[in-house]
Amino acid sequence: MAIATQPTATGALAQAGGAGKKTDWFPYLLLLPATFVTLIIVAWPLVETVRLSFTDASLSPTTSFVGLENYQRMFERRFPEVMARTFYWMAISVALKILLGIVGAVLLNAMVPGRTLFRVLVMPPWIVPMAVGVYLWAWMYNGQFGMISGVAQNLGILAGPFEFLGYRNSAFYATIVTDVWIGTPLVTVYLLAAMQGIPRDLYEAAWTDGASRWYRFRRITLPLIMPAVATMSLLSAIWTFNSFDIIWILTEGGPRGATTTMIIDTYKTAISRFRYGEGAARAVMIVLFLSLFSAFYFLMISRFNRQEVGR
Amino acid sequence: MIDRYHWWEYVLIYAGIALFLVFMMAPFVEAFMVSMRPMSELFNVPYRFFTDNMSFEAYVTMWSSVPLLWRYMLNSLFIASAVTVLALMAVIPAAYAFSRMEFKGRNQILAAFLAVNMVSGAVLIIPLYKVMQQLGILNTYFAMIAPGVAFVIPTGIWLLRSYMMKIPKELEEAALVDGAGRLYILWRVIVPISLPGIMVVAITTFITAYAQQFLFALTFNSVNELNPLPVGLFQFFGRQTVVWNELMAASLVGIVPVLVIYVFMQRYIVAGLTAGAVKQ
Repeated sequence: MAIATQPTATGALAQAGGAGKKTDWFPYLLLLPATFVTLIIVAWPLVETVRLSFTDASLSPTTSFVGLENYQRMFERRFPEVMARTFYWMAISVALKILLGIVGAVLLNAMVPGRTLFRVLVMPPWIVPMAVGVYLWAWMYNGQFGMISGVAQNLGILAGPFEFLGYRNSAFYATIVTDVWIGTPLVTVYLLAAMQGIPRDLYEAAWTDGASRWYRFRRITLPLIMPAVATMSLLSAIWTFNSFDIIWILTEGGPRGATTTMIIDTYKTAISRFRYGEGAARAVMIVLFLSLFSAFYFLMISRFNRQEVGR
Repeated sequence: MIDRYHWWEYVLIYAGIALFLVFMMAPFVEAFMVSMRPMSELFNVPYRFFTDNMSFEAYVTMWSSVPLLWRYMLNSLFIASAVTVLALMAVIPAAYAFSRMEFKGRNQILAAFLAVNMVSGAVLIIPLYKVMQQLGILNTYFAMIAPGVAFVIPTGIWLLRSYMMKIPKELEEAALVDGAGRLYILWRVIVPISLPGIMVVAITTFITAYAQQFLFALTFNSVNELNPLPVGLFQFFGRQTVVWNELMAASLVGIVPVLVIYVFMQRYIVAGLTAGAVKQ
């Protein structure tokens, strides 16, 4: 982040705020509303999650400290499998989103008539309420009468009706496709913005030298959007890791756990089965992974910024 | 000349765009077709895109099949609007402080706010439920609004901060020399100048708040009259016989408000979304 290097207009303000070294409370006052909400809704629950993960909290009124028991039980209950599935689900989904995003951005960046309209048409999956978008997909996946099964039968790909959400493998990939559908628009528009930020003279210089379109893409576009691709991959990974609505609406983690990711597992344990302690232990694991991602993210961004300063 | 394409390049580009947009639009198009089909035609085998007797009937009957549809839509709009207003009240002063003042711990506090972006509501759901319970706001609008506000604040601060950093400091200094108080400066100098930036934050926040109403409403609210659209419709999906044509009609009507906002505010939304995910 460029926080440290940004010059700020504070000289005059700081002086006006009080005499010399006395702490100026005004900025803290300005931060109060945001801090207040964040403390209650995010910070305290975070601390409480950690505390709960060491207890046997449930619907019963008494709660006692159980040490690491929740974590132990979690690993006995095929948690590693859930973890592996989560990462597999995330990796495929993010890879597809980035790939489609790059292709989409290149296409929408082409100077062809109608591109303004095409750009408008990309966003809706991201704009509409996520849950409602997923309802539309629930119909498409319907085995008896849904569009995908129907079209596939008409084309002779499928011999008979196929319930996409009814089988372990197909449900797993079906939830990924829907997640990709929702996530791709933002990646596309973001990478498109990055491409539009590339100075035109670079292309013109290469063009005068006789560089082909493909060469220009490979040697100019791709390297210059790489920071944006990296940023988006990581952000996308974080969002995908946190993805709840899509799987919950389509399969509730089924069939037979095939789409149970860490988030779904946590929700099921805590909210559906009322095992707050065990649920909290799972949530702590998620937070651990998320902090790892965030650490990567901050590191990466500060590196990009240093490169920019050095240039 | 650099932008001139061969005919086959045009074909490739348009074919690619067509494929891409088919993937993006297919669920909407199919939902629309389903909403137009009578139930009897819906279960046709083999599948046909155009069926007989297509009509807008489902758009009439859905209001009685989903009696609270109006209510759900208004709830959705209300929740998203409330989240937006409350979030702005927290974001504007905070962004002002982060962008134009120097104080101890500024970078650390900003980083802490940004870290909030990394966790989602689903992770914190257990203690959040308790917080809602203790605040006595379970099963009220506020149980859906408060968490929404907290999770949109970081992006809002980040967006508005970078906008405010571009405002020349001479403006504030001139006002200070004139003897204006600092809150007065924020309200009368900074806010009016930042209005375009505030618009971007407001619209991005609204869209986000409208799009993500599922989890909190599902978990913290059990009063059907208060449900936003996504959860209101969710009940109808679990039923034995799903009236698909009406549900698709209701879904489509339910997303019209955001789509209208999107079409008119497209520029702001794209600006907000792309900047929100970026460093600057």
